Amino acid sequence: MTRAFAASAVGEKSETPQSSTDMTQLRWMLRTMLTIRLFEQRVKQLYRAGAIVGAIHLYIGQEAITTGISAALRDDDCVFSTHRGHGHLIAKGGNLQRMMAELMGKATGCSRGCGGSMHMFDPAIGFMGGNGIVGGGVPLALGAAFSAQYRGTDLVAVAYFGDGGMYQGVLHESLNLAAKWTLPYIAVCENNRYAATTPVAKAAASRDFSAYAAPHGIPGVRVDGNDCLAVYEAARQAVDRARAGQGPTLLDCETYRVEPHCGIIPDDRPKGEREVWGKAEADPIERFRRQLQFNEEQVRQIQAEVERELDEAVEFARQSPLPDVRVFFEERAI
Amino acid sequence: MRKLTYIEAIIEAMHEEMARDESVYVIGEDVDICGGVWKGTVGLLEKFGPKRVRGTPISEAAFTGIATGSAMTGLRPILEIMSMPFCYVAMDQFLNQMAKLATMSGGQLKLPITIRAQAGAGTREAAQHSQSQEAMFLHTPGFKVVMPATVSDAKGLLKAAIRDDHPVMFIEDRNLYYEPEEVPEGEWIVPLGQADVARPGKDATVVTLGFPRRKALAAARKLEGTVDVEEIDARSLHPLDMDTIGASVMKTGRILVVHEAPVRCGAGAEIVRRVVDEYFDYLDAEPRVLGGANVPLPFSPVLEDACLPQVDTIINEVKKLAYL
Repeated sequence: MTRAFAASAVGEKSETPQSSTDMTQLRWMLRTMLTIRLFEQRVKQLYRAGAIVGAIHLYIGQEAITTGISAALRDDDCVFSTHRGHGHLIAKGGNLQRMMAELMGKATGCSRGCGGSMHMFDPAIGFMGGNGIVGGGVPLALGAAFSAQYRGTDLVAVAYFGDGGMYQGVLHESLNLAAKWTLPYIAVCENNRYAATTPVAKAAASRDFSAYAAPHGIPGVRVDGNDCLAVYEAARQAVDRARAGQGPTLLDCETYRVEPHCGIIPDDRPKGEREVWGKAEADPIERFRRQLQFNEEQVRQIQAEVERELDEAVEFARQSPLPDVRVFFEERAI
Repeated sequence: MRKLTYIEAIIEAMHEEMARDESVYVIGEDVDICGGVWKGTVGLLEKFGPKRVRGTPISEAAFTGIATGSAMTGLRPILEIMSMPFCYVAMDQFLNQMAKLATMSGGQLKLPITIRAQAGAGTREAAQHSQSQEAMFLHTPGFKVVMPATVSDAKGLLKAAIRDDHPVMFIEDRNLYYEPEEVPEGEWIVPLGQADVARPGKDATVVTLGFPRRKALAAARKLEGTVDVEEIDARSLHPLDMDTIGASVMKTGRILVVHEAPVRCGAGAEIVRRVVDEYFDYLDAEPRVLGGANVPLPFSPVLEDACLPQVDTIINEVKKLAYL
């Protein structure tokens, strides 16, 4: 079901929707963003405590993007995620218990312990996996869009990638093919300003990533990626176009990665910059709360619910069995 | 029995499988224009239309990704790589994505992809169009690898590959394309993982991958009266039919593997490893591998021929094997 409701046009200041249906959707957005934030904070604690190992890339600060995108999608639409994908899965309807179990390498994990943080999968809800290769999922999503068109469905496929993905040649191959074949494809650049540790200013000849769409004759939309309603509205238009058989859209969602690139890499970004983006008025969740006039008590209530769910998720993960080595080799060796 | 060329057999296999299963489609460079540069898709566009016969721009990474992404969502692509070295352009999509997604997802995804890779040497196209990369795909967990060397195997193995739920690297040899051979009528499938004893013999086992089958058979004929060669065409490298190879080694005690790819870390080394591992006690001579030279293949015919196994070099290797 599309989580449709009225919102402002892209680029304008979002307005407050009025109807009760709208309020259900807005509460879903707030709750989704809070769930992502609290999940990631919990993951960070568990990682520091050694309960989670490996490479962990946190989505904190970017919650508005995937929440706005997912709000415009149906359950059967496909998304292809990145190495920073926990938020994408949560917003697509991921099961927190199975996610936490995956992070702890358990048999009950959403990839049965084979994927970890970067390779969570839940194809039953259209979550076609994280990807450890920047830009790796970009043409895979094109394949899902091809599949949708081939079958004559109105499904759409979303490729998430960061500003780092903008520097990969396969993105341009994919935009060309998506446009030429009028595929139901939405390329979502989460421009968090850093590709690992390399800033956009150092890497990009052109800072306007939305302009990469123009040569392919498709819409390129620059969005305030910390404004959930603005992302939603841009996504809704892209989804409508795709479902109507009018082809792909490139969304350039500007945001900021609040955390360092990943768990083991020191953060040497300018302190002033981090302070600016760390303030409440820049924070996507606090901005949304103020914009939609949710009061702090409502937020606290949701937070308490989510924390309980996370407690259960951690407990589930801790109690879950480890993968059986013999079964792994039996099932996975080809 | 009726005769078809290798390429006709491949086209017939695709016709049959596309008619049988709506989810099977063909994608690759020029596959919809004049039936492709090697004429490997002739007639498919007319029969199945542009939806199912997709010519692409020269964007190997993107269309390999399309094949994989469409397989993740229920289709069964036949991906054509016009010349096998072109797959290097899409290495991430082959080796990091296609190969790994099924396992990374904990088995939730199926990847029923057939890659028709046109390979082989001796067509005087130099290094970037003449290469067999079977060893690289054997070395990458996630792929099955077959190398048909006869027309009937081309048809039967392709049908089996299309019906398989894993990525199958189907390596065609262009030298074999246009010479007619017998192919059974009707439904004809050669299961993956079965070697073919092309010539029974008792003195020495020669295992070939792909095109060298013909050269090895010619060598065996010349060696008649000296060494009675058992020629085994591996056909399928993974899964590998060790039972057939092993039974032969138990009989002959001697094994030579012949392939055109560079001998260093080639599939021959792997087959010898398996033989040493499983049939060491039956060996009467050190196992040998005759492969291509460890160089990018040169253009000049005299140089290229010197880099590849030939009938006389195979004969020399068999003689060494037999201590002659």
